[in-house]
Amino acid sequence: MSFLEFSNISKTYPGVRALSGVSFGVEKGAVHGLMGENGAGKSTLIKILSGDQHADAGEISIDGKVQAYASTRDAFDNGVIVIHQELQLVPELTVAENLSLGRFPASAGVIARRRMLDDVGDKLKSAGIDIDMRRKIKTLSIGERQMVEIAKAVMLDARVIALDEPTSSLSSRESEVLFKLIDRLRGEGKVIIYVSHRLDEVFRLCDSLTVLRDGKLAAHHTSLKDVTRDKVVAEMVGREISDIWGFRPRKAGDVRLKVDGLSGARLRAPASFEARAGEIVGFFGLIGAGRSELMRLVFGADPRSGGTIAVDGKAVAAASPHDAIRAGVVLCSEDRKHDGIIQGRSIEENINISSRRHHTRFGVLSRVSEIATAETFIKKLKVRTPSRRQDIINLSGGNQQKVILGRWLSEQGIRVLIVDEPTRGIDVGAKSEIYELLYQLAEDGMAIVVVSSELPEVMGICDRILVMCGGRISAEFARDQFAERAILAAALPDKKTPDAIAS
Amino acid sequence: MTDRLKKILLGEQGLVVIFIVAFALVSLLVPNFLTDRNMLGLLQSVVTVGIVACTMMFCLAARDFDLSVGSIVAFAGMVAVMASNTTGSILLGLVAAIACGAVVGWVNGVVIAKFRINALITTLATMQIVRGMALISSDGRAVGINSPDFYQLALSKLLGIPTPIWVLAVLFAIFGFVLNSTVFGKNTLAIGGNPEASRLAGVNVDRTRIWIFTLQGVVCGIAGILLASRITSGQPNAAVGLELSVISACVLGGVSLAGGRATMSGVIVGVLIMGIAENAMNLLNIPAFYQYIVRGVILLLAVLLDNLRSSALGRR
Repeated sequence: MSFLEFSNISKTYPGVRALSGVSFGVEKGAVHGLMGENGAGKSTLIKILSGDQHADAGEISIDGKVQAYASTRDAFDNGVIVIHQELQLVPELTVAENLSLGRFPASAGVIARRRMLDDVGDKLKSAGIDIDMRRKIKTLSIGERQMVEIAKAVMLDARVIALDEPTSSLSSRESEVLFKLIDRLRGEGKVIIYVSHRLDEVFRLCDSLTVLRDGKLAAHHTSLKDVTRDKVVAEMVGREISDIWGFRPRKAGDVRLKVDGLSGARLRAPASFEARAGEIVGFFGLIGAGRSELMRLVFGADPRSGGTIAVDGKAVAAASPHDAIRAGVVLCSEDRKHDGIIQGRSIEENINISSRRHHTRFGVLSRVSEIATAETFIKKLKVRTPSRRQDIINLSGGNQQKVILGRWLSEQGIRVLIVDEPTRGIDVGAKSEIYELLYQLAEDGMAIVVVSSELPEVMGICDRILVMCGGRISAEFARDQFAERAILAAALPDKKTPDAIAS
Repeated sequence: MTDRLKKILLGEQGLVVIFIVAFALVSLLVPNFLTDRNMLGLLQSVVTVGIVACTMMFCLAARDFDLSVGSIVAFAGMVAVMASNTTGSILLGLVAAIACGAVVGWVNGVVIAKFRINALITTLATMQIVRGMALISSDGRAVGINSPDFYQLALSKLLGIPTPIWVLAVLFAIFGFVLNSTVFGKNTLAIGGNPEASRLAGVNVDRTRIWIFTLQGVVCGIAGILLASRITSGQPNAAVGLELSVISACVLGGVSLAGGRATMSGVIVGVLIMGIAENAMNLLNIPAFYQYIVRGVILLLAVLLDNLRSSALGRR
């Protein structure tokens, strides 16, 4: 029996079987990777470990003793600590105060500052964490805050520490510091569960690995010696993915979208570009290069201060998304949660929100066509859901993206589809489905604009790439000119024009 | 057993079940409750709250708030009485009252949607402005109704049921339909769920919000007319605190203050629960002071129940 043992863990949410009969063990002094696509059940497993959720069946034991936590506090007291992506620190308090929260050394209610600082200082030192204890959390970088979270675990003499995607918002230098700390904790005999999407990190850090797929155990490796990356990817996806881009050449037709001298508050220079029927045009650039801003102007989401937009040769006012949609231009925003999904409403309503106007009479909806539309696109886009009535918030990122695509594809006469970071936070399997869909739409004569920060993605699926840098379009490459270095160079701010960096 | 009970109480129709049980209990335990006269009296007593709750539901569902309803009801009542007294035409009085309600509502809507002022602040301001206008127009005094025909609005009956109750029923039906079966209703719920995403999905958010407040004004106008008719005069101090009763009824009925969630059946039940509680306490001769406490407790319990239901559905 291993030090930390999961046996037969099952959990069902309304309409979703999140985990079924998952069993595996982790030894003391090991860093154990937990991988899987979005929706595979990683987070649920971690939530059960932390006492935040209760398993419907099965049990967790530590050091041979069965653990039953009523709450996260309970798990805490038993030495099990989960560090989430969203950190649980009080911004207005100092590092030392945060680390002592709930257990302030005090006499008659007055905090013994000296003692608090000494205690915390000792612990931080022994854990090798170098942070000024007197600083307020709000003044720390994300990486430093993560350190404080881990210090919290060290303070409590945790036996099991689970880290959920810890590097997702860290710079590579901050990640290195984190990895060193994890190595140290391993040396002290802690059990560390490391949840991550990133194969590089998992192979670098972990001694053993569990892969989940669709709530079931897909693979368990007690050693990573003879395991290849391709093998792990195949285990996550459930099949071999040879070429995730699956690019197919197409013939470009007439110009569909023509943007001329478009300018707005957040662009550095007026932007001009065009996209032809059947063409997939990529917009590459660093974060903040103005790509999303440009697309929002084209879609009428932000007010434009000059320039013209024409679709099929006809000028479009595009003073609002409302107008743009009527002219056949639609946008899938980069921030799905904030700008895309309508939380609390069903998949059916999320799909029909715009296109329903084609089926109404005097403002009264047609139930029949709403249901038919929803069912059609759930099937066509392979949205994984038990029912069209499911609240969209319960879907995984990839499925939410498909619903948003369904919203636009159910519109009539869409000519230009703009997708901003279409595969962000989406797992490999759903990614290739979305690419395939884009090819089909292009073949049907749509002009497609793809904004992405992932160079392999734009190079993989686009016919032409426009590069943006510092709020202006800096270069253009046709598919036969694609070269990683040249494209990247065009995206980096030029030292000769410092005003470009200022944005 | 307890699991099943939990499932029923926390399910979609939990509130309706609770309402039916409460109704049955009150009918059994409170003498004279389940009589024709008392039932009609009960319904009469919730007419004002019920009518205004129809549109308050839309307001809350779109993540907005309207505190000015009580003042608009009073002002519209004054306008109806004064305009029909001076012109001699009741119809003109009614039209004037509804128009005034609509204008105040429209102003609320424009300020909130176009100038992006917080709805709470905007309607807190109009609440006071409009109350002031009601007081100024009559110099603070009640204005009696000249024409007896005006009384008939509240006194007349159709099939033995007073007209105001019919008006309430018709408005319940209309707004229930509007919420569930029209683009306007669905857009309202979508805006409450996520305003920015709705805008980017092509919903004309500003126009929808202005319409919601304008309708709210119209409906307050109707409520003001019926109230004036029932109390046979325009009272500048009428319907003080109405906004709180209406919002309570909506929340009782499961309308989420965070927006995006509302049902007409829920609001009807919310309105009736408030009415029944008050009615039963009156029949039992419980002093008015205690009634405040009971109403507050009912509201708290309803919100707690709603909270339990949300977490049972796995939503945050």
